[in-house]
Amino acid sequence: MDINATIIGQSIAFAVFVFFCLKFVWPPLINAMRERSEKIAQGLQAADQAEQDLELAKEKAADTLREAKQQAAALIEQANKRANQLVEEAKDQARAEGERLKAAAQAEVEQELNRAKEALRAQVSVLSIAGAEKILGTAVDQNAHNAMLEQLASEL
Amino acid sequence: MAADSSEYIKHHLTNLVYGQHPDGSWGFAHSAAEAAEMGFWKFHVDSLGWSVGLGLLFLLLFRMAAKRATTDVPKGFQNFVEILVDFVDTQVKENFHGRNAMIAPMGLTIFCWVFLMNLMDLIPVDWIPALASAAGIHYMKIVPSTDPNITLGMSFTVFFLIIFYSIKVKGIGGFAGELTLHPFSSNNIAVKILLIPVNLFLETVNLLAKPISLGLRLFGNMYAGEMIFILIALMFNAGVIMALFGGVLQLGWAIFHILVITLQAFLFMVLTIVYLSTAHEDH
Repeated sequence: MDINATIIGQSIAFAVFVFFCLKFVWPPLINAMRERSEKIAQGLQAADQAEQDLELAKEKAADTLREAKQQAAALIEQANKRANQLVEEAKDQARAEGERLKAAAQAEVEQELNRAKEALRAQVSVLSIAGAEKILGTAVDQNAHNAMLEQLASEL
Repeated sequence: MAADSSEYIKHHLTNLVYGQHPDGSWGFAHSAAEAAEMGFWKFHVDSLGWSVGLGLLFLLLFRMAAKRATTDVPKGFQNFVEILVDFVDTQVKENFHGRNAMIAPMGLTIFCWVFLMNLMDLIPVDWIPALASAAGIHYMKIVPSTDPNITLGMSFTVFFLIIFYSIKVKGIGGFAGELTLHPFSSNNIAVKILLIPVNLFLETVNLLAKPISLGLRLFGNMYAGEMIFILIALMFNAGVIMALFGGVLQLGWAIFHILVITLQAFLFMVLTIVYLSTAHEDH
């Protein structure tokens, strides 16, 4: 073993190389690596976040859809109710109209009947006088028997 | 034949040395004896050159990746670099319990640089020395981590950092206390003072063992590995059958050595992290 000044040269070279590595090689590399791992972590986090957001959005969409369905059902029900109501109303109206028509017709019939009765009454006195004249063979004084005739007519 | 072999091995284990000749002039050593005469003030030009070159290669490649680093999907080389950075960062997080921005980049530098130096071991032992001698350079040892100067240079830098951070975190008093009041302690103040030299001796050995074992472990493993490659390479000159057998051995040892060089680079890094973590721990 021959120890000589080479050992000094090597020591100096070693110190210089370590210094160079410390200043110009290590920091850019380790920083790039750290930054990258941070970036990857952020990316993963963002992906998780996005997945969560998607889940939320899906839930929200389902909620909205359910609400819309409910609303539509309510509307249809309402419309049905309204339609029924309209039909009922129309029916009621028709019934009332019918009643009214019937009442009017009845009143007319009654009126006609009364008129006929009047006419008949008028005829009755004449006819009964004529009948009585035939039976009696004489004229009947209408005025004298008016009371009787009127009684007869009212009995009709 | 035997003389040739020992010459061949010796040649492969000799560094290209630049230093001060005994007469005061500076220049390359032309033989091992000439190199030995130079004393301490000489440099292993091949070890240092390959080591610094590989370190620069590492820094250049990683600097390129660092410049182009994006937070988008990483591609190709950036992926590879990020795997290494993440690997080192994990090791530091697991083994280092203080707060120090320097530890992780140092771990990365150690791991990649030592790995590249060790990787030179897998290049067949004669290729680059042959090229070098064609270019007129007589000695060329291309695996820097088989040079104890290189491995100990790194481990003693680590040792210096251990002492620096021990004092910075615990203060001189705290560090001195750590060296003198453990592992033996007593409630009796007189016994405590008596125990100080014993503790100091044990803790100093303990402290010094860290850089020495750190450097020598890497050196020993790589040196032994290279030696085996050289011995296998000797078989290539000993007839067709031996050469074929040597080829198989070379392949097997190289594949096994992939594990060794990675493991040694990893160990150097982890032990550095652990030693510095201990230095940062305040009791």
